[in-house]
Formats: sequence, C-alpha cells, structure tokens
Amino acid sequence: MALLSFERKYRVRGGTLIGGDLFDFWFGPFYVGFFGVTTIFFSALGTALIFWGAALGPTWNPWLISIAPPDIKYGLAMAPLAEGGLWQIITMCAVGAFVSWALREVEICRKLGIGYQVPIAFGVAIFAYVTLVIIRPMLLGAWGHGFPYGIFSHLDWVSNVGYQFLHFHYNPAHMLAVTFFFTTCLLLSLHGAVVLSSVNPAPGQVIKTPEHEDAYIRDTIGYSVGTLGIHRLGLFVALNAGFWSAVCIVISGPFWTRGWPEWWNWWLDMPVWS
Amino acid sequence: MKHFGVTAALLPFAALLVIAGTFTVGWERPPIEVQQIGFRGTGMEQPINPRADAKLRALNQMPAEVYPLDSAADLAAAPKARDVYENVTVLGDLPEPQFTRLMAAITEWVAPEQGCGYCHNLENLADDSVYTKVVARRMIEMTWNVNANWQDHVKDTGVTCYTCHRGNPVPQNIWFDAEPQRFASKGMLGRKDGQNLPSDLSVASSLPTTWLSDYLVGDAGVRVQSTAALPTDAPGATIQSTEKTYGMMMHMADGLGVSCNYCHNTQSFQSWDKSPRPACPPGMASGWSANSTSTT
Repeated sequence: MALLSFERKYRVRGGTLIGGDLFDFWFGPFYVGFFGVTTIFFSALGTALIFWGAALGPTWNPWLISIAPPDIKYGLAMAPLAEGGLWQIITMCAVGAFVSWALREVEICRKLGIGYQVPIAFGVAIFAYVTLVIIRPMLLGAWGHGFPYGIFSHLDWVSNVGYQFLHFHYNPAHMLAVTFFFTTCLLLSLHGAVVLSSVNPAPGQVIKTPEHEDAYIRDTIGYSVGTLGIHRLGLFVALNAGFWSAVCIVISGPFWTRGWPEWWNWWLDMPVWS
Repeated sequence: MKHFGVTAALLPFAALLVIAGTFTVGWERPPIEVQQIGFRGTGMEQPINPRADAKLRALNQMPAEVYPLDSAADLAAAPKARDVYENVTVLGDLPEPQFTRLMAAITEWVAPEQGCGYCHNLENLADDSVYTKVVARRMIEMTWNVNANWQDHVKDTGVTCYTCHRGNPVPQNIWFDAEPQRFASKGMLGRKDGQNLPSDLSVASSLPTTWLSDYLVGDAGVRVQSTAALPTDAPGATIQSTEKTYGMMMHMADGLGVSCNYCHNTQSFQSWDKSPRPACPPGMASGWSANSTSTT
C-alpha cells in the first residue's frame, strides 16, 4: 500500500486551525480535529432531523420522502418546525457539516504540507449548494426558494424552477455549466483511458511511460497538455462546472424574471446590424 | 511555490461575469416579488419584477370613457338609432345617445388619429361605399358573437374593439401565414423547417414559428406527451410536433406575462390534477384543444 508511506508524515502534531492540541488525535485511521467533531455533530443532528421530518411526512418510501422548505410567506424568518422549520435547521446543519469537512481538509493539508487544492475544490461545491439554499433565497427574500430535500421532490423543484423561465437551456450560465460538466467527463474519460491502457498493456508488452501517453494523445487529438497539466486542466473545468451552475441559478429570479431565450436578444440588438 | 493561484483562478470568472453583465441588456435586480402557487418547495412560483409589472400595468389601462352614458331612464325615452339615422343595419336597436357614444368610443379605440373619416364618407355618413365601414360593421357583429356565445372564454368581462385594436386601425398583434422558405435545398441541408428564426412567435427561441397555421387554421394535435412511462410500439409524437407545441406554449405564456407554471405543474404537463389551477380543464376543453386529436 503506497498510501502507508506517507502515514508517518500525515500523523504529525500541529497544523490545526482551532483547538490546538485538544482534538489533534486519530480515531483508528481517521484524523479527528475540532472540525471532525463539528462535522460529526452537524451530520448526526441533521440526519436525525431528516428522519424526524420523514416520520412527520406521509411516506417512508425513500424515493418520496421530502423535507420541504417553508412557505414564501415566512420570508427570511423562522417557520414552524413541521412547516419548513425542519428544513431551515437541516440546512444549517448541512452547511455546518460541509464547511467543517472543508476546514478539516485544510488542517490535513497543513499537516501534509501540501497546497489547498482539495479544500478549495470542495469549497466550490459548497458554494454551489450555499448559492441554492442561502444566497438565492436571501436575494429573493424568502427561505421558501430553497430546494426540498428529497430524491424525487428536488427533481420536481428543478423542473418547475426551470420552466419559470420558459426554456432554461437558453440560460447562458447554464450553457457554460453544462459544457464544463461534459468537458470534465470527456477529459476524465480520455485521461483515464490512456492511463489504464498504458499500465495494463497486452500480454507480452511492456508498461508504457508518460512520454508514450503524450505521444499517443498528440497523435489522437493533436495536443497533449501533459501528465501534470491534465490534472490542472481537469480541476479547472470541474470547478468551472460547479461555479457556473451556481451562477446560472442565482441569476434566475434575482436578476432575470422573463424567459431565458429572450436574453439572447442582445445579439439581435447589436448596433452593427440592428 | 507562489500563492497567487486562488486570485488568478478567480480572475477569469470575474472577467466573464463583468463582460456578460456589461455587454448584454435586460438584466433585472432584486427585490423580486414571487407568488407561490403550489405546495412549498415544489418550485411552483411566479417570479414578478414589480418595476416591470408596474410599467406593464400602466400600458394596459382601459382608455378613459369618452363621456358618461345617459341614465337608463333617459336611454329608454330616447329614440332608436335606426329612427334617427339612415342605413343603421346592425346597431339599429340602440338608443340614439348610446349609439352616438359608441361611435365616438370606436373612433378613440380604433382610429384616434384618422377620426370618423377612417370609416365614413364624411359627406354622407350613411354611405356604404367605404370598405372600412363594411368591415367595422362585421367586426361589431363579431364582438357581439364573442360576448354572447363564447362566455366560456371571455366570461362576463367580454371584449370590445379596444381589446385588440388598442388605438390602432389594424391591431398590432396580427399574423400571416409564414412565407415559404426560399432557396431551400431538397435534402436536409438548409431546410429550416420553419424554425431557427428569432421571432415573437417562439419568444426568440429556435423553436418553430409556423404553429399558428397548424393549430389555428389546421387541426394539428397539441398533446405530444406520452401517457406511458416507458416506450411503446405505438408511434409517438415527432420531434417537430413537440417543438411546435413548446414554441406555441411559450408564446402563450409570454403573451399572458406568466411562466409555464401558471397553469402546469411540470412534473406532468398533461395532468390537470397537479395543476395549480385545477379549474382550468373545462376552460381548456372549451377553448381550442377540444377539437384537436391527440398525437399520442
């Protein structure tokens, strides 16, 4: 196990952000830390509240359980627990757990002496979630604009919110986000395929080197960004996917209320030909 | 290693947002008023920009009354229009003051700049030689017919000349058959199939713009959603017909100033028991789709 080679480096004292040495210990293979404790606290509380909400609801069918946000009439105030208040507290727990986990990643990065790429990448995902359930609802003036916590119900929310703007595929930021998601998949598949092919050669052939991979990719698509570069590029396109997802929903409503196709009229109205 | 990475990574995002915001138009801003029209958390909402809404309402005010109508007693005592004027074939039963008031109102509603002479020979108001006068008479009959026999749609509100004309001799929102595409080649190449041309008829989308003649003149079916969860052997709706439905529905939503959710829960477009307006089906049925044959 190659991972074990840096276990010794990983299991060093220090690098904590909060709590000093107090939580600086391991539970089996897992680093705890102050943010490990807060992660456990928020996750356990939030999950318990989801079960409570499910118990209040009409079904235990896991597809149909839904914890819905409050009615819009409650604005940015707290709602009764059974009428969206649970959603509000679960949202706090979720943000608490996600941010705690990101900060625990930061502490681990500091122990390892590496850069913060991993927590920053996770931070973009958290940012997209926070945009959906906090930033956009605040801009629109009610927690009721958050999405419901349920497998089918959140899909219904996505569909209905999309059709509030007639045709969501014309949302320019949605276009960017979708393109970045697809590009992430394309790059991952190209990269994964070339690596697996190189290290699993046909019987009787030797394992290929990165230079061979570069040559193969150059022959195939004309350019190879290289072994390190592909990971930078992958991170860039993946983070852009999450970032533009957040942008595409935060502009829908607070900054645009009409059909998204109409947004493209700026092109028709350009002074050059209009 | 230098730690400028985060700032550098954020710059392209910021630049793109600034460019998009600066060089494109029509952006709005909070506060936005949102009407909730379904169970909480289902996304059944109508986003409304209160500033744009105020402008829209101002544009849609009823015109001022030309002058008040006489009292019922006065009208009952007044002579009939046909006894006062010559050649009053349609409005002859109206009391003369009401008839004159309607003529003044029609001038305001239909030809405010052109005046009475738009329809009348000013030398002889009874003269039928002016084409627009004959049209106006037919239009009055149509208005009567709509108000008397189409209350499923217009209810007790009814319609007047102003409903469509709004101060224009020819209403602004009229339509013609789409011009056939010129220079279309025979294969797929260059065949636009009535779409990909930005138009109010598809709310500036790439969807087809030829649906008016299909649905209003022809009898094409608008119901394109499958009623089965999984594919069946039965032929389904074509992509072209689904896109026509989508374009038409978007145009209708745009015309009403609402989004799809105003009538549909998009969980199932065809299902009225999930609609925020379950009272719609009778109205829908008496509207235009009753004669349409389902394509699924």
